[in-house]
Amino acid sequence: MSKSERPSRLFRNLNAKVASIPMILTALVVFVGGTAWTVLYSFTNSKLLPRLNFVGLDQYYRLWATPRWLISIENLLIYGVISLVFSLVIGFILAALLDQKIRFEDTFRTIFLYPFALSFIVTGLVWQWLLNPDFGIQGVIRKLGWTSFAFDPLYNSSIVIYGISIAALWQGTGLIMCLMLAGLRGIDEDIWKAARVDGIPMWKTYLFIIIPMMRPVFITTLVIIASGIVKVYDLVVAQTSGGPGIASEVPAKYVYDYMFFAQNLGQGFAASTMMLLSVMIVIVPWAYLEFGGRKRV
Amino acid sequence: MSDQAVSLSAPSGAGHADASGPSGPKPRHIFSRRNIFLYGTLIVAALYYLLPLYVMIVTSLKGMPEIRLGNIFSPPLEITFEPWVKAWSTACTGLNCDGLSRGFWNSVRITVPSVILSIAIASVNGYALANWRFKGADTFFIILIVGAFIPYQVMIYPIVIILREIGLYGSLSGLVVVHSIFGMPILTLLFRNYFTSMPEELFRAARVDGAGFWGIYLRIMLPMSLPIFVVAVILQVTGIWNDFLFGVVYTRPDTYPMTVQLNNIVNSVQGVKEYNVNMAATILTGLVPLVIYFISGRLFVRGIAAGAVKG
Amino acid sequence: MAEIANPSVSIQNLSLNYGAVSVLQTLNLDIAEGEFIVLLGPSGCGKSTLLNCIAGLLDISKGRIFIKGKNVTWEEPKDRGIGMVFQSYALYPQMTVEKNLSFGLRVAGLPKDEIAKRIARAAEILQIEPLLQRKPSALSGGQRQRVAIGRALVRDVDVFLFDEPLSNLDAKLRSELRVEIKLLHRRLQNTMIYVTHDQIEAMTLADRIAVMKGGVIQQLDAPQTIYNRPVNRFVAGFLGSPAMNFIEGQLEAGDAAAFTADGVSIPLDRYEFDKDRGSAGKPCVFGIRPEHVAFGDAAKAMPFTAESAVEIVEPMGSDTLVWTKLGGRNFSFRVEAEKTLRTGDPIRIGFDPARASLFDTPSGNRL
Repeated sequence: MSKSERPSRLFRNLNAKVASIPMILTALVVFVGGTAWTVLYSFTNSKLLPRLNFVGLDQYYRLWATPRWLISIENLLIYGVISLVFSLVIGFILAALLDQKIRFEDTFRTIFLYPFALSFIVTGLVWQWLLNPDFGIQGVIRKLGWTSFAFDPLYNSSIVIYGISIAALWQGTGLIMCLMLAGLRGIDEDIWKAARVDGIPMWKTYLFIIIPMMRPVFITTLVIIASGIVKVYDLVVAQTSGGPGIASEVPAKYVYDYMFFAQNLGQGFAASTMMLLSVMIVIVPWAYLEFGGRKRV
Repeated sequence: MSDQAVSLSAPSGAGHADASGPSGPKPRHIFSRRNIFLYGTLIVAALYYLLPLYVMIVTSLKGMPEIRLGNIFSPPLEITFEPWVKAWSTACTGLNCDGLSRGFWNSVRITVPSVILSIAIASVNGYALANWRFKGADTFFIILIVGAFIPYQVMIYPIVIILREIGLYGSLSGLVVVHSIFGMPILTLLFRNYFTSMPEELFRAARVDGAGFWGIYLRIMLPMSLPIFVVAVILQVTGIWNDFLFGVVYTRPDTYPMTVQLNNIVNSVQGVKEYNVNMAATILTGLVPLVIYFISGRLFVRGIAAGAVKG
Repeated sequence: MAEIANPSVSIQNLSLNYGAVSVLQTLNLDIAEGEFIVLLGPSGCGKSTLLNCIAGLLDISKGRIFIKGKNVTWEEPKDRGIGMVFQSYALYPQMTVEKNLSFGLRVAGLPKDEIAKRIARAAEILQIEPLLQRKPSALSGGQRQRVAIGRALVRDVDVFLFDEPLSNLDAKLRSELRVEIKLLHRRLQNTMIYVTHDQIEAMTLADRIAVMKGGVIQQLDAPQTIYNRPVNRFVAGFLGSPAMNFIEGQLEAGDAAAFTADGVSIPLDRYEFDKDRGSAGKPCVFGIRPEHVAFGDAAKAMPFTAESAVEIVEPMGSDTLVWTKLGGRNFSFRVEAEKTLRTGDPIRIGFDPARASLFDTPSGNRL
């Protein structure tokens, strides 16, 4: 019979398993473990230090009764809708324009994308300066003679979130444009030829043929934008620090402040669990569509 | 003899020989309505995207009196580099008055090891996932990818506890670990997809040749995957340099990375606002990723596309 | 079939399943020392899978594999005494030809002079000495495949495995390298297992062919036997180009056995039945290769003749394929290229049923 021993299951591919330890630890300890830990402690009344003193849903009741949280959620919704709609529309239009076999395509693309290389902090500070009511756009136009001109989104509680959105769009649309451009380039050249032979106007070709064909690109882009929206934090910190007052607060900042300044960990955990929940609402259907429907190869 | 051919292509009614019908290349107008619309829109959009960069630069080169009197769009009358010097070496954050240079060097000391460590781990992970599938490997990978979408806020505090337990909380090494952890999903995906796209037969040939896990990785796969490593480096340097949240959570004031320090300088409530110094500091902070962006060009695009689109 | 006394490669009851999907089913195969075996079949038949199992690149579910009398079922590929040539060549792109050839030897830690000696020998055999310092990207397809063969050669092994090595080459190079592989086998006298879907490669190279389908070896025999006496309808149809003619009908038993279909009756007294003769009325398929059909005057001498009319003429260059109808079915035969036939011409065809094959319709097995 055979001299060679069949290695035990555990030790087969041993090197691959050893090499995967960081990945396994990250997946289990940090991602699964960390998330479960936070969710668990969101049911406690932890203050300065995490304590397993369960109080049921108290933290959540308190959370949804806190005006600052409600404003955060409202801001997130406005910011989210603006980001989604405008970055998709602007990103797609820019991509479609760049896809017209134009000259200097690389130059234009470089210009549209460079803000994406900058951090949210830098973006926020630049736009804080541009929107400065005394020296920024409003100041310049007033100096030109139109003294009643008002454009001070960062100092006006009712529109501050739109001011933040402008900066976010400036930073992020380049990425969306790139993704859309890649999608457009992935479309069979013959489709365009066929549409041209059939005499279909260009805008109709885009609307009824190209965009439906780009459905997967749109879905992916949507998921990317959506997961970025929930995380918005640095931009607000840099641009307004949540002000004026609490007018531009967002959930991520709420979590951070309650965890590290207000010494109210339980509130922070409950708020972050709500963030997790909202992400799951977006991700789970997408993951189901993307991976659930078909067998993995 | 060519009459027939001409009358066929000429519009109806031109029954006789007609030499004035369309012939040769179709004329193109540079200033056609289409081109004016196309390039007009693109140029306006480009100006909008360039405006903040321009304003940053001109503001940083002006003196404070000029800023107070002038307008932010006008070029500087008198160019001064003093704001840059001040931003770099004497601007104050809290008690420290040694400028952004401290944050810059902190960021360097964070970014370099983080990039190396995260790429080393992720490339080996991706290689193991692509070529040495073991039972359960895909499960961990899916957890990893799903984990990439979990808001960081959910995991921040547990990581504080873990770092405190292993004595790395507040240190630069702790932040390096954090960056390696959160860089793992996207980089692992990137490398896994790259290694999967390499011909399977190459891997088999190397196994028949007797090379093992590390042998194949180091001698076959690594030399073949330089481009993807460049993409990963671009992705990571930009991402880690620009990070704010982890910096502010896991470091102390004297180990703050550049972004955190920048925010503290600009948004500090004490003293007179020096907009020119602020803008100089802002440019300085954005300089590293910008330089990488302009040098790497297409690779940067490939990097973010690879990072953004799942494979 | 004679038992092989000391098989070079022996596969015993090998099965491979992916979950519920069975890829290879209880396979048995003994390969003699120095034999050239071709695994032939359509894509997805499991032939490459079987080769990868022999190489140790895939873990099997059941069974055992012996190479040179040693059980290698759980051995690493490198320890099995095999060399392998891949369809895509699988040359390491960043290494020169010489480094490609020596990689396995360097991994195994062989002394330098031994490596040099082996490379020199392989390069001489394959005539790739001038290419040694080049990178694979600077080689043509044929040269790359030679280097790939060289990589197997330097390992100095008993068994060579070829996984569709010529599929990526153009037709002319393919036939050249085919001859070279044959010469190589004659010179080295190694055991070679060669996977292909190309029946010409199989027919020209093999000592024995294993025709596979659905993870099962359908027939294992010398090329001529497989060609002339296919064991079932699948093998009959898979080998031969243009393909064998099939007529569906039934068996008329009795002393004067005959095959009848749609007004045609073919006497089977000269046909060599396999084992069971079948019963009267049994539905079966009659198959005859186009080149075994005679035409015109030559047809008159045949035990079976029929009158028909030309439907389509396909000139192939060396000869011409003529399509007609027999027993209500399309029926093709070859004539010399010089014959000028037109659609509608009345013709006489004939053949000797001894050269035909008869298959049971439900099972497809040879009768």
